[in-house]
Order: sequence, then C-alpha cells, then structure tokens
Amino acid sequence: MQKRRVVLTFPYKLIDQPITSYLVKNYDVIVNILRARINPKEEGRLMIEVSGKEENLDKGIEYLKELGVKIQSLAQDIRWIEDRCIQCTACSSLCPTGAIEVDREKMTIAFNKEKCIACGLCIPACSYKAIEILF
Amino acid sequence: MAKTIAEINEKIKKGKVVVVTAEEVIDIAEKKGIKKASQDIDVVTTATFGPMCSSGAYINIGHSKPAIKLGGGKTYLNDVPVYGGFAAADIFIGATALPDDDPRNKIHPGEFKYGGGHLIEDLAAGKDIKLVATAYGTDCYPRKKLETWINIKDINEAVLFNPRNACQNYNVAVNVSDKIIYTYMGILKPKLGNANYCTTSQLSPLINDPYYKTIGIGTRIFLGGGVGYVVWNGTQHNPNVPRTEGGVPKTPAGTIAVVGDLKKMSPEWLRGTSITGYGVNLTVGMGIPIPILNEEILRYTTVKDEEIYAPIVDYSNSESNILGEINYAQLKSGKIEVRGKNVSTASLSSYAKAKEIAGILKEWINSGNFLLGESVQLLPSVGSNISLKPLKKRPV
Ligand code: SF4
Ligand code: SF4
Repeated sequence: MQKRRVVLTFPYKLIDQPITSYLVKNYDVIVNILRARINPKEEGRLMIEVSGKEENLDKGIEYLKELGVKIQSLAQDIRWIEDRCIQCTACSSLCPTGAIEVDREKMTIAFNKEKCIACGLCIPACSYKAIEILF
Repeated sequence: MAKTIAEINEKIKKGKVVVVTAEEVIDIAEKKGIKKASQDIDVVTTATFGPMCSSGAYINIGHSKPAIKLGGGKTYLNDVPVYGGFAAADIFIGATALPDDDPRNKIHPGEFKYGGGHLIEDLAAGKDIKLVATAYGTDCYPRKKLETWINIKDINEAVLFNPRNACQNYNVAVNVSDKIIYTYMGILKPKLGNANYCTTSQLSPLINDPYYKTIGIGTRIFLGGGVGYVVWNGTQHNPNVPRTEGGVPKTPAGTIAVVGDLKKMSPEWLRGTSITGYGVNLTVGMGIPIPILNEEILRYTTVKDEEIYAPIVDYSNSESNILGEINYAQLKSGKIEVRGKNVSTASLSSYAKAKEIAGILKEWINSGNFLLGESVQLLPSVGSNISLKPLKKRPV
C-alpha cells in the first residue's frame, strides 16, 4: 500500500463526470477527498489522498492525465519559509490538523508536510509572510 | 554585599563579569540560593521580540540643490506617507503608516502588505528607498518637487525612536462572540476558538525588574540588533496596577521609550509586520541587562512562568470584559481552560527569538564590548502620581 496526496485541477468539461468513482472502481485505489473547490463554469480543484498498490496508483494517475486533469503533488502547495519565520507560534493554534507542531520546551514550530491538508488557515495568521500557498 | 554599576563595569572591562540570562538564573538561584546567586551573578539579560505598534524612526535626508523645505509639504517614502512637519530635511516614519492607495479593510480582512514597519526594515537592510516630496516653495527653499532614491548609508542620521515599547505584561485575547474577529492580538476564532498572548514572560525585561529599580533613563540596551538607550517612560506607563506577591503586574503596566542608531541595526531584529484585518506594525528585538546590585534585584529576576499572570480578555466587544486570569506556564503549554472550555493558545511574540537576544546580549557583555549604562533617573514606580486616563470626549 502506498499513499499519495495530490491536487487535481480539472477543466470545466470534466466537472460533472464521476472521475473519482472510476478511479476507485477501475484501478482499485482508495480515494479520500481532503478539500474541494469547484466553481461551476470554471475549473475544479480537488485535493485527494489516494492509496493503493504502487502500480495501480501510477496507472490511475496516468488515466487522469489522459483525461486532461492537471496533477500536482501536494507537498508543493504549502511552503513554510523558515528564514522569514520568527517562531512566534501564532499560526499553530489555527491549524486544524496539527501540521504546525510546537516544541513546548524551545517554543519553536516545525512544519509537518505529511499532516498538512493545505487548507490555508494558517496563512492570514502569519504576519511575516512566512507561509505561502499555491492552491 | 551590594554592588554598584561602576563595579560591574570594571569587571566587564577586566573580562571577569558573570552574566546569565533571565531563564538561566532561575535554576542557578534554585541550586545556590538567592544570597549566594546574588553575590556570584553580576548581570541578568532579559529580552523580548514582538510587534510594538508605537515605534518609528526619524531621518535627515540632507539638502538638495536647489533646496526644498519638507516641513509644511507632503513626503512619501516607498509610497508610505511620512511626517515632515519639522524643518527642511527631517522626516519621521511611523510604524503603522500605510500608503494612500492601500485597500485597507475595503475587502475585509485587509492584508496590509506594506507600510511604515516594512519601510523601517528596508531602511535597516540598506535597500534604496524612493522619496517623493512636494512643498510650497519659499525664497530660501525654492524647490517645490523632489523625486529621488535615498539610502541609509548616504543620509545624515537615521534614528529609531519608539515612544512605547516592551509593555510589562499584556492581555490574553479571546473571542466569545459567534463570528471570527481580526485584531491587533491576531485572528480570534468565534466561541473561544483560540487564545493569543504576547509577552516573553520570564524573559521579558520589565517583568524581571517589576518596580523599575534598575531600568531607567540612560539604561543601555540591545535594540534592533544595535545599541540603544531607554530615554523616558513609554506612553501609557502605569505602575499603579494589581500585582502578584512577587511584584509582577497582573495587567499591562509599565512601558519604556527607547532610541538607537538605526544605521547600526539589522533587519533581522526589526521586522515589518502585516497583521491581517488590523494594519502594519514593527516587530522589535530588544534586550535589557539588569545589574544585580543586591539580593532583592536578583530575586526579581528569578521570576518564572508559573508566577506571572495575565488577564483573559474578550476582544469581541468594546467593553473588554475580563474572563479570568491565567499564568504563562499554562499559556505556554498550548492549552488553557476558559469558562470550562479547552482553548488552544498561541503567542504573537517570539520566546525563541527573545532567548537568542538574551544570549547575544550576554555575549556582548562577556566580550567587554558592552558596558552597563547608569540610569540618571528611574521610571515612575508604584505610588507615583500616575493613572491611565481615558479620553473624555467633549462636544466641539
Ligand atoms: S495549510 Fe492548513 S493544514 Fe496546512 S499547516 Fe496551514 S493550517 Fe495546517
Ligand atoms: S505565524 Fe509565521 S512567523 Fe509565527 S511561527 Fe507561524 S510561520 Fe513562523
């Protein structure tokens, strides 16, 4: 079993098609939707976590690409710029998943990409532009 | 045996001074006892690093040919309006000033991407700054318009001058209403969704000298990465507040006004700050050495997080209702209880960076490069005729 977190951007013409169901049925993968933003008449964005056998994941992703879906790995989407961070911890209490971990001894933060669902809630909390999102 | 500042300075010059940070002193005093620790230790370094709204800088840009009198005209630096109501070439930059075309809170909450605080950071960083000025013109200052680049290394003076910094303790902000609010204390989620605090507690300068027995006019400090001085009490300085047994104020209390050469400061310790929905600000790094003149002063510096209390204040209405009080050990644990609810906490000032500053100041003193300033007048303390006056509005 492998897990991958990806952001799918799909064009207007694909929005009303049950793509994720096909993915589950035809490629034997589990799809967990983390976040969705679909604007009718525009493009849709879906953040998903897919798990399954490596070869099935590869095939599934290939299938999406053929349909014209743009695929980005999630890790690229939220960026913590350590140089700009003053280690105040202001962002930490707004994070719903615990992706911003506070070392209570040192009072410093660490950004755990694994847990981040790129919800963007931490961004307005940072007064130093130390967190960036590309979603 | 009591020590004097002159004696401590002699030790600094001879390389024999003993300096510890306000965090380190806690364990040392616990092991050695107050008496022995006060004999062994000469200086305790304290520090803070957080947004300090009442900050600014004045600069003198030098005279152009033909000359312009900025006073009475309008001046902008990087589109930020600055105050020129002095003579011909002096300007004051306020940390919270915003460009005229900043959208502010038109689309709420505003982002406040650039303003006075960022301008001060850019000056300290040695970046070129665009100056645009208009004036009315006189016989002796005929020029009416000036557009040019300036740089901190070419101008006559650049001085950081902050009328109110390093507030002694501060509120813990929460929101009991059912909508999210954007405040100078950060983003507060509805229904006690989170709690924000903003001091460096056991490291914070005025918390370690609660009755201002050493910090006063003339105290030499670490300011924005350079050397600065305490020059007055800060605005809204109010020593007459409820205090703990150890003397630490349980609400905002004392403040200081500080000054220092901006040309020698660093953008690492002066950070432009964009507070969502509120405005811009300057985050200032400050370190203050406390001379251990006697046992009493040492005892104050051993104050620890669990002995420092702050009021929990509801920021969702203008009444600022106090919901309780809480100590900093609890605040720093990440969770507190308010009205029976578990609330996550976060800080707006940086304890980690303050610790770094306390360490740097310790290094400066140990290396013999930084002598203690003898204060020529202490700040007004408890019993002085001071109270915090609200503004009484009168019909015009
Ligand atoms: S984007 Fe969301 S999940 Fe990721 S760190 Fe920020 S608040 Fe946490
Ligand atoms: S709010 Fe910004 S500066 Fe503060 S800890 Fe988070 S990322 Fe760092």
